[in-house]
Amino acid sequence: MFLSHIWLIPLLPALGAITMFFFGRRLQKATVSAVCVGTIVLAFLMACGAVWQYSAWSSTDEHFHQPYQTILYTWLGTDTGHMNYATHDGSPAAFQADAGFLLDPLSSIWLLFVTGVGMLIHIYSTGYMAHEGGYYRFFGYLNLFMFSMLTLILANNYVLMFVGWEGVGLCSYLLIGFYFHRKSASDAAAKAFIVNRIGDAGFLLGMFFIAWYFGSLRFIDVTAAARSGHFVIGDPIITAATLLLFVGACGKSAQLPLYIWLPDAMEGPTPVSALIHAATMVTAGVYMVARSNALFVLAPTSMKTVAIVGALTAIFAASIGLVQNDIKRVLAYSTVSQLGYMFLALGVGAFAAGVFHVFTHAFFKALLFLGAGSVIHAMSGEQDMRNMGDLGHRIPITHRTMFIATLAIAGIFPFAGFFSKDAILWETWSREGGAYRFLWYVGYATALMTSFYMFRLMYLTFHGRPRMSHDAEHHIHESPVSMTAPLVVLALCAIVAGWLGWPHSLGGSDRFTKFLEPVFASEARVLQEQGRTGQLVAGVEEEERNTGTEWLLMGLSLGAAGLGWGMAWRSYRHADKGYAEPIAAAPAVYNTLLNKYYVDEGYDYVFTGRRKLGNVRLGVLGLGEASAWFDTNVVDSAVNAAGWLTRLTATVSSWWDKWIIDGIGVNGPAILARMLSYPTRLFEWGLVQWYALVMTAGLVGFVFYYVYH
Amino acid sequence: MEPLLHITTTHYLVLGAALFLLGVIGVLTRRNVVIVLMSIELILNAVNLNLVAFSRMWGGLHGQIFAIFVITDAAAEAAVGLGILIAFFRNKETVNIDEVNLLKW
Repeated sequence: MFLSHIWLIPLLPALGAITMFFFGRRLQKATVSAVCVGTIVLAFLMACGAVWQYSAWSSTDEHFHQPYQTILYTWLGTDTGHMNYATHDGSPAAFQADAGFLLDPLSSIWLLFVTGVGMLIHIYSTGYMAHEGGYYRFFGYLNLFMFSMLTLILANNYVLMFVGWEGVGLCSYLLIGFYFHRKSASDAAAKAFIVNRIGDAGFLLGMFFIAWYFGSLRFIDVTAAARSGHFVIGDPIITAATLLLFVGACGKSAQLPLYIWLPDAMEGPTPVSALIHAATMVTAGVYMVARSNALFVLAPTSMKTVAIVGALTAIFAASIGLVQNDIKRVLAYSTVSQLGYMFLALGVGAFAAGVFHVFTHAFFKALLFLGAGSVIHAMSGEQDMRNMGDLGHRIPITHRTMFIATLAIAGIFPFAGFFSKDAILWETWSREGGAYRFLWYVGYATALMTSFYMFRLMYLTFHGRPRMSHDAEHHIHESPVSMTAPLVVLALCAIVAGWLGWPHSLGGSDRFTKFLEPVFASEARVLQEQGRTGQLVAGVEEEERNTGTEWLLMGLSLGAAGLGWGMAWRSYRHADKGYAEPIAAAPAVYNTLLNKYYVDEGYDYVFTGRRKLGNVRLGVLGLGEASAWFDTNVVDSAVNAAGWLTRLTATVSSWWDKWIIDGIGVNGPAILARMLSYPTRLFEWGLVQWYALVMTAGLVGFVFYYVYH
Repeated sequence: MEPLLHITTTHYLVLGAALFLLGVIGVLTRRNVVIVLMSIELILNAVNLNLVAFSRMWGGLHGQIFAIFVITDAAAEAAVGLGILIAFFRNKETVNIDEVNLLKW
C-alpha cells in the first residue's frame, strides 16, 4: 500500500506548499504550522511504511534485492516517433522520461533521513521563526523544498532527478534570500544560484552523453547496460559523462572549485542552513554520484578525480574553518569539509562508506546547526563567537546536545561520526592495495582539524568568560520546547546512527553496508578485480584486510580527535575578551585562512571581473566591457556607416526623383501638353457672352449659308 | 368696312423677329446679369409670339399649348437663373457678367 502509493510522499509537501502560496497570507500561524509540519510528518510516516514494505518485498525470492520501480505516466517524450534518435552505435532509441519513482536501499536511506531530519527541522522552525515576518512564506518554501528533494531522491531517471535538482536549487535560492531586504542575503542567494548553474550545465551535458550512449535515462536501464560488460573500463565517453556529472555534483555539493556559495548561504535563516545547506540538499551530489556508481566504476579517471577533489576540499575547507569567527560559517566550512570526505569515499570506490557518512552527518550536522540557531536565538541574533562565551550553564540543553554533536563530528567513539569517518579513512587506506594511501594522510589531517575547530567552537561559545554586552547577557534564555525537543531527538540519533555500521573488526556486523549491497555489490567486485590486477602487474602481494591495521588506524584517528580537542581546550578554555588565536602566531597563515585563501577575491579577478587585474578587467564584467567596447566602436560604427550610406543614397535618390523622374518623366509631358494645348486654349477665354456671340454668329453664318447656297 | 391695315401672320412674325433681335442684342451686349436674364425672357416671348401666330394661322391649338409650356419653362429658368445669380453675387459681390470668366481652361 505504501509502496504502490510512493508518489504521495513528494506530493504531500507539494500540497502544503501550494496551500501556503494561495492561502498562506490569510492563515493563522498555528494553521500554517499545522499544515506544513503535518505534511512532513505524514510524509515521514509514509516513508517509513514504504521502506518497511520495500524491505519485505525485496526479501522475497521473486524480487530478491531488486529495486522497486513504479511509473505513473510518461512525462517527457511521446510515442509518435518525433523524439527518436540514434545512439552512438546507431541503434534507435526514444527520448523518454517517466514521472516514475524508484525505491532501492540507496533511495530508502535518503528518503528516511530527509523526511526524518526534515520533520524535526520543521518542528524546530515553528519555534525559531515564531517572531519573524513571512512565516507562511518560510514554511511554503520549506515544503516546496521537501517536495523537490523527495522528487530528486525518488526519481527513476536522470531527467526527473534533474527536476528535483533544480527545484532544490530554486528553494535554496529563495530561502537564502529569505531576508531579501538585506543586500548581503540577496547577493548570497544570487551567488548560490549562479554557481549552481555552472554545475547544472555539467549535469545536463553528462545526462545528454548518457542518453546518447545508453539510449535511456532510467537508472535501472543505465545501470543494467553499464553492468552488462559491453563497455570497457576506461571508456572515454563514459569518462566524459561521469566527469560532467561530477561537475554537477561539485556545484550542488559544494566541492572545489564551486564550493564558494555554501559559506555565503549562511545568510538564510538557521533552520534553512540546517536542512538545506547541511543535512539534505548538499548531499544530493553524493546521491547522484552514488546513483551513477555503475558508470563511475567504468571510469577510473573520474573516480580518481572524485577522490582527489573530495580530499582536497576536505582539508581546504577544514583549514578555513580553523579561524572563522562566525559560528555559522565555521559550521558551513565544516559541512564543505565533510562533503569532501563523502566524495573521497565515493572516489576510492567505498560507496557504502560515503553514503554512511552522509547518513550520520545529516544528524550531527543538522544538530550542530540547530544548536547554533538556538545559541543565536539566545544571543538575540549575535553570530560572532568573539562576543559569546560562558553560555554553557545558561542554555544547558543546547549545550549538551551540541556537545554530543561535536563528539560525533570529531569522531570520538562510540558516536556516529566515529564509525562513518573511520570507515572512510580505512577504505582510503586499504582500497586497491593502497593506491589511494596518500589521500589517507589528507583525510587524517582533516580529522585533526575538524576536531580542533569544532571544540574551538564549543569552548568559545559555551565556556570561558562571557564577552557579550550587558543587554545581550540579560536576554539569554533557553529556547522553547519546540526547538529543544528536535535537538534532543537529533542528539540521540547522533549517538546511535553510527551503530548501524558497527564494523566487523569491532565485533559488529556492519548492517549498513550490507543493506546497501544490492546497489553497490557488483561495483565492489569490479573494483576488487581491478585492484587485484593492478597489484599483480605491480608485483605486489594483495594486502589482506588486516584487522590489526584497522585497529591501529582507529587508534590514530581517535588520537587525532583527542589531540584536536586538547589543543582547543588549551587555547580557548579560558577565552576572555581579546583572547589569542594560536594560529595567529603565524600572521601570514592566519590572514590567508581568515580571508578564505582569497578565493572569492581571485574569482572576482578572474571570473566576475569585479576587480581589475592591473588595467585589464577579466571575467564576466570584462567580457561585458569588451562587448560594450565592441558595440560602441565596431557595431555602432557599422550602424552609423550604414546610416550614412543610406542618407547618401537617399540624397542621390531624391535628386533623381525630383529632377529626373518628376522633372522629365512627370512634369515633362505635362509641360509638353500645356504647350501643345496653348492655341486651343485661346478660344476659351471664359466670358459667357462671347460664347453666346460666337454661337449667334455661327447660327447666322449657317442660316446665310443655307439660304444663299 | 375694310380695315385700314389687316393684321396678318406676317406682322406677328416681324414683331416676333424684332423682339428676338432685341433679346439677342441684349444678351450679347449688356453686362448686367439681371438684364441678360430679362433679354432671355424677351427671346422666349418672341418665340411664344411666333408659336401663337402660327397657331392662329392654322387654327389649331397645339402652338398655344406649346406656348404655355414655354412660359412655364421660362418661369423655371428664371428661378434657376436668379438662384445662380444670387449665389454668384454672394461669391463675387458683383452682377457684372465679365467677372464670370471661370468657364475656361
